[in-house]
Amino acid sequence: MSENNDSTDNSSSNDEAKQAWQEAFEASKLRDVDFQTMSGVPVDPVYGDAPYPGQYPFTRGVYPSMYRSRLWTMRMFAGFGTAEDTNGRFKELLHAGGTGLSTAFDMPTLMGKDSDHDWSLGEVGKAGVAIDTLADMEDLFADIDLSGVSTSMTINGPAPILMAMYVAVAENSGVERSKLGGTIQADILKEYQAQKEYIFPPRPSMRLITDMMKFTEAEMPRWHPISISGYHIREAGSTAAQELAFTLANGFAYIEAGIAAGLDVDDFAPRLSFFFNSHLDFFEEIGKFRAARRIWARWLKERYGAKTEKAMLMRFHTQTAGVSLTAQQPEINIARVAIQALAGVLGGTQSLHTDSFDEALALPTEKAARIALRTQQIVAYETGAANVADPLGGSAYVEWMTDEMERQAEAIFAHIDDLGDGSMLEGAYAGVENGYYVGEIADAAYRFEREVNAGRRIVVGVNDFTDGDDSDNDTLYIGPEVEEYQLKRLGGVKQERDGEAVKKSLDDLVAVASTPDQNTMPAFIDAVKAYATEGEIVDALEGVYGTYVEKAVI
Amino acid sequence: MSESEQTTNEKPFRVVLAKLGLDGHDRGLKVVARMLRDGGLEVIYLGLRQTTEQVIAAVEQEDADAIGISMLNGGHLALSKKMIDALDEADVDVPLIVGGIVPEGDIEKLSELGVAAILGPGSSSDDCVLAIRDAVAAVEARS
Repeated sequence: MSENNDSTDNSSSNDEAKQAWQEAFEASKLRDVDFQTMSGVPVDPVYGDAPYPGQYPFTRGVYPSMYRSRLWTMRMFAGFGTAEDTNGRFKELLHAGGTGLSTAFDMPTLMGKDSDHDWSLGEVGKAGVAIDTLADMEDLFADIDLSGVSTSMTINGPAPILMAMYVAVAENSGVERSKLGGTIQADILKEYQAQKEYIFPPRPSMRLITDMMKFTEAEMPRWHPISISGYHIREAGSTAAQELAFTLANGFAYIEAGIAAGLDVDDFAPRLSFFFNSHLDFFEEIGKFRAARRIWARWLKERYGAKTEKAMLMRFHTQTAGVSLTAQQPEINIARVAIQALAGVLGGTQSLHTDSFDEALALPTEKAARIALRTQQIVAYETGAANVADPLGGSAYVEWMTDEMERQAEAIFAHIDDLGDGSMLEGAYAGVENGYYVGEIADAAYRFEREVNAGRRIVVGVNDFTDGDDSDNDTLYIGPEVEEYQLKRLGGVKQERDGEAVKKSLDDLVAVASTPDQNTMPAFIDAVKAYATEGEIVDALEGVYGTYVEKAVI
Repeated sequence: MSESEQTTNEKPFRVVLAKLGLDGHDRGLKVVARMLRDGGLEVIYLGLRQTTEQVIAAVEQEDADAIGISMLNGGHLALSKKMIDALDEADVDVPLIVGGIVPEGDIEKLSELGVAAILGPGSSSDDCVLAIRDAVAAVEARS
């Protein structure tokens, strides 16, 4: 084929793509906003060449009209104190027009320990809401119509228990489980790799997750059973490319687990969602987000045989990098967060949490959390960044960076695939087992720290420009009353419930958990309805599955 | 690490590093472990979710000179007190150094409890090594 013909083909296929995009764009409902610059110059919804936003492999965005139709969801993660305290916050949010609730649990809840456990001392209600039994979950969602909200729950090891409690609360209030919408994080692989909130060993944990995938697919069509999260991998010290690669590799592992469990990839892949970090190297982050969409689409289509575009679309939530916040001159973190938020938006995120400037010191104060939300609103309403889809697409540097992120990620995928003898799922297990992930992340974290120590990398306020740290900011303090209240609450529930029914439900759960081809979710629901505590359920399962203990490696 | 790697004839400091409680944030402690190792100290890294008994057992078994524990999510007062009480009860006289996120107002409270040094975010490699050497020297001067 001559060069001449080639370019004719390219331009005619580009015209076709443009035409298809135009039709899809015109079919989209738009926000009632003047899409023009501050100086009054009208701007197009997209610039540059095919593939356009909403077209495979979705490098340029998942929707044809992107933020012209709908801004990203400004989803601020919150949770503190008792279930009643958080219920009050939820109601305020809903009253103010919100439709999405996002729940942070305290450390004992995340680790499957009851509030009265020895290990829970000093941690009850500190970093999120404390949930021991269904009674707490009833308080958390009291007087909220669960058929009308979407709820996000950030929990992993004990995810099936909290999921069961959510179903039980809804059903006890007369809402069918099929009407429930929301997301549960349930990304157990990254727990062994980075966040370290695991309970059982990887394989039984994966069985519980595939049970949830199957259960929600059959009975809860509006539910997203996993949010595959790179956020924590990055916070633990990985590079951008490692965050990208480990996260997507985990995504492939869940896909393989779902297929092995007999699910159809076109049915369940659209219900997986992702969660990334937005760090400080602006262009590297944008390249990472663009590459993530492209890689996911290609692998789903080419390796896993997805046929529908819905199954190939990667939708993701973004949070700014908590680890980039400095305790020194904390106010300057507002600038860091703004830059990271803008990178997330230019990268095409579907929702965004902006960190509060005081989070290197404590949980955010109300004022700091408000400034963080206002930062997103400035990006959304003042900068013009939402007017044009993928505004950096076509930039030589950004396109190169996108390709480079993809190249680095593919090299890591090849390694994991090797570890698993051609299975990304087995590769994930093997990499957890042999310390690959934790080793790579610790190496990257140490490299970064040494560069800071040697002054090769400047962190403003920390190793240069250090004048002006007056540190007179208020920080949030959570007192011991929450722990006292929660212990009383738990004691009361234990006294009132039917002990025989609890014992029977736990025995039934153990029996199902020991039988590989039965689904554990109904037994979890029965156990929480009998008011078995989270800790009792975890203890019962540890009898079957054992407990994961990490090898301590520097 | 062997004695011959030390630049002086003195015995290398041995420090036990651990995280107590449920918190799984181990990035900081791992970085500190490597910094100390590169700074010539011998590091016994216990990792996550250690009990005070496990820490004391390691100190005795390894004849350690200091203990470093790392905190992030607000458990520092309760867990530091638990560690200090356990050390007193076991009659083990090694300094406890706390690293991580400690709010300004709690620094004095930790010192009153008997914590020898507090290393906040941004502490350099040298800060960490010096804090441990000073804390060990202070204990030796006492005895």
